[in-house]
Amino acid sequence: MTGPDVPEPLHEVTVSVNGVRHTATVPARRLLSDFLRHDLALTGTHVGCEHGVCGACTILVDGAPMRSCLMFAVQARAHELTTVEGLGTIDAMGPVQQAFSECHGLQCGFCTPGFITTITAYLEENPDPTAEEARDAISGNLCRCTGYQNIVKSVLRAAEIRASADLGAPPLIDADARAGEAPP
Amino acid sequence: MSALSDRPANPVVGQTIPHESAGLHVTGQALYTDDLTVRTHGVLHAHPVQAPHAHARITRMDTEPALAVEGVVRVLTKADVPGVNDAGVKHDEPLFPDEVMFYGHAVAWVLGETLEAARLGALAVEVDYDPLPALVNVKEAIAAERFQGATPRMERGDIDAGFAAAAHVFSGEFEFAGQEHFYLETHCSLAMVDESGQIFVQSSTQHPSETQDIVAHVMGIPSHEVTVQCLRMGGGFGGKEMQPHGFAAIAAIGATLTGRPVRLRLNRTQDLTMSGKRHGFHAQWRVGFNASGRLQALDATLTADGGWSLDLSEPVLARALCHIDNAYWVPNVRVNGRIAQTNKTSQTAFRGFGGPQGMLVMEDILGRCAPLLGLDAMELRRRNFYREGQSTPYGQPVKDADRMGTCWDQVTKTGEVERRRNQIATFNASHPTSRRALAMTPVKFGISFNLTAFNQAGALVHVYKDGSVLITHGGTEMGQGLHTKMLQVAATALGVPLSTVRLAPTRTDKVPNTSATAASSGADLNGGAVKNACEQIVDRLRGVASSILGVHPSDVRFSDGTVTSVGGGQVIPWGDLVNKAYFQRIQLWAAGFYRTEGLHWDSSVMHGSPFKYFSYGVAAAEVEVDGFTGAYRLRRVDIVHDVGDSLSPLLDIGQVEGAFVQGAGWLTLEDLRWDESDRPSRGRLATQAASTYKLPSFSEMPEVFNVALLERAHEEGAVYGSKAVGEPPLMLAFSVREALRQAAAAFGPAGISVDLASPATPEAVYWAVAEARRASEHGHVTEGGTGVVPDQSTADLRPAHPRSEQATNAATAGV
Repeated sequence: MTGPDVPEPLHEVTVSVNGVRHTATVPARRLLSDFLRHDLALTGTHVGCEHGVCGACTILVDGAPMRSCLMFAVQARAHELTTVEGLGTIDAMGPVQQAFSECHGLQCGFCTPGFITTITAYLEENPDPTAEEARDAISGNLCRCTGYQNIVKSVLRAAEIRASADLGAPPLIDADARAGEAPP
Repeated sequence: MSALSDRPANPVVGQTIPHESAGLHVTGQALYTDDLTVRTHGVLHAHPVQAPHAHARITRMDTEPALAVEGVVRVLTKADVPGVNDAGVKHDEPLFPDEVMFYGHAVAWVLGETLEAARLGALAVEVDYDPLPALVNVKEAIAAERFQGATPRMERGDIDAGFAAAAHVFSGEFEFAGQEHFYLETHCSLAMVDESGQIFVQSSTQHPSETQDIVAHVMGIPSHEVTVQCLRMGGGFGGKEMQPHGFAAIAAIGATLTGRPVRLRLNRTQDLTMSGKRHGFHAQWRVGFNASGRLQALDATLTADGGWSLDLSEPVLARALCHIDNAYWVPNVRVNGRIAQTNKTSQTAFRGFGGPQGMLVMEDILGRCAPLLGLDAMELRRRNFYREGQSTPYGQPVKDADRMGTCWDQVTKTGEVERRRNQIATFNASHPTSRRALAMTPVKFGISFNLTAFNQAGALVHVYKDGSVLITHGGTEMGQGLHTKMLQVAATALGVPLSTVRLAPTRTDKVPNTSATAASSGADLNGGAVKNACEQIVDRLRGVASSILGVHPSDVRFSDGTVTSVGGGQVIPWGDLVNKAYFQRIQLWAAGFYRTEGLHWDSSVMHGSPFKYFSYGVAAAEVEVDGFTGAYRLRRVDIVHDVGDSLSPLLDIGQVEGAFVQGAGWLTLEDLRWDESDRPSRGRLATQAASTYKLPSFSEMPEVFNVALLERAHEEGAVYGSKAVGEPPLMLAFSVREALRQAAAAFGPAGISVDLASPATPEAVYWAVAEARRASEHGHVTEGGTGVVPDQSTADLRPAHPRSEQATNAATAGV
């Protein structure tokens, strides 16, 4: 264990987040969630339970949902990360973002980024889920405010928006990258 | 209709619109307090030194070793408090204690260049403790007679005569657990020092004015040197009403001593082990019914598990007493309340604020007694509803009592209750290892702060020369949609489109002396204030418009961004009128104020009309219980709830659904456990993470969930005819608990009464099933005589005597 007298060794970490390369020098034990929030100032990723239960900190690693509080920043080297900030803007929302806004799938909003990322990845795999499948897809995320009803509606609505719009954007999940290089 | 409740044509209130911050939330742009850290230069991080004892005297503290840790800047101790060493308003919560009062109590705080440096510094602080005996549950405190604060008593009628005349008398006890708020955003404060030593604290607080008060008294400075701002909270649920103050004060001391911004964000474990929760209660009761099952007398003693200090325990207890009747008329009542002092976190406000606890006692009584009376629980409940003209035990007439029956009948109809009950009977007859049951429970919940003085609010509305509008009010946003509703109120009152109005964050230098955003009253109070401010401005603009239009001022209409005369004709765009008014030197901004009229309350005798109105609702829940394990499914829930004329239906339905699920969590899943052993870890919270404290997730949601708002529900006494929504629907979840009890009982012979622990976890349900199967006795209810008299306070009653009432009395006495 690194004691007070032994300075913790630092590591240079370069990652691509939302298509932008970032480099920061951090201790080996810097959590990816803290790295995103405090080193890269991407505060859209929220930290809720801090041990992988609530899903608020979920980001996409090479398109797959991962809990950033359970990863170290150094483990994200050479991976493509997508946070909620990379899924759209207020003026150009992604389909899941638009659906959550329309369906009131949020109240305090703190769990929302984790739901948006999780569902974005899910709809890439299953673009037309049933209500039952939608519930299943997000059963690993916690929300303390809504009672979940509008979140299920949001998933179904997002699938509709996705289906009706040719978004013209490349798919978030790069099938080759995922097959060849499993995230940690 | 009253001036307050009347809606103009085409109002923006009542429209179905998304949350005002929805766009920010879904794109990750919404800022919470801790998001400001990375946007602030030179921030220091605070980390607590938490005591590893439930009760101990601090005999020595050496902070020097911490200062040797690289990156540690300062250690804050009692010696650093420039003003009063007190984090509360009752002077019983030392910010830095000499005596550790609960496991995890912070005895010092370390400031570091990084959070990691502060953490290592906190580990290096040397503290010696002299452990003391600790009481860690309410029964231990009752046995030791360790109580704190007021011992209120609420009485009506003749309790002895009531029991003497009753045909059936039952007595019992009931103890039930509290609840962790588990807002997804933990407590956070970021303090900095402005010029001249003035303090600016950004805090995740439901009560910025009180955070300001406490920071000021800890710092020993007047309130005008402290500004508190709350951008928004990631959930509050009452947990950020009183608890943020001490954390804000620590950050303020740190910022003042170092000259640098100080961030104090609790990690999840710290939040769970240091901040207060919903009060668990213990109840002793006896109840009398007449031959037809009508309640004749209720005698109960409620003991709240207050934790180590009073915090909000007295008002929580008062609300519990005021809600023990729930929806039911009881002519003879005596309810005593007291607050146990235990070596646990200081329990605090939590959605419902004692109301759920009082009502749970009554619903538990009815659920246990119905089989003993030979009555269906649904029939017993319906038979005892208040009727118009009857009053609560504290003397308030129950206005619109018929709405309970309306809700009940609607749920019965839309929920197809009769048909499903027949189906359930068939199912149970043909399934030996599982049972289904359906229960219906009502809610009646009083709206307003019990304490009359808190029922006031302010707002500040600015109309700029270009016609754009900026509003600020005293309420805080924690997800409930208050800001959205306030924008709707302002747009309605000014007659402008919603897009014309923007809302600025809640700050104590914009609106002073605010009440907590609590008691479900945020929209009632602040909405009244916003409306008042807007109407002042409209009245001034009316004069300007009348001279342009050539009509009487009362004939000027403001609607959807245009100003016209009542008969039509010339149309003045809102922006043009505002601009003209500016050049006529008309004041285009206003401070609004609102106070709820018609309230009175004497807490010393627990009597008066403390509530502006009651909110009503009814829920029907159907469950299926597995007889081998006690595991259960929530098959269907039907709700009809009264929110008056909804200000914002999408938000209100969201509140009803969320509150119900949170209530179901409290009653069925969320199981707080403290170490009650005699090991050194005695008093340690064992459920201090999301992995051990079970929160409702998708898996526990009702398979079918129908929520409807009661129609034709105009409320005269509140802004635009609406009613509060935040807390009341939480208590609709009693239906789930009672359905579980009935399903468990269905494993035994017909008409058996079973006990059910709270929370009714699958394990608790399993034991209820086992009890029903034994069928040897009717649970733990004593029957007959005039019942077992609950503990009566041996000492003199200590009535609650709040500061504001003292102030009123002093003023009337001319002191």
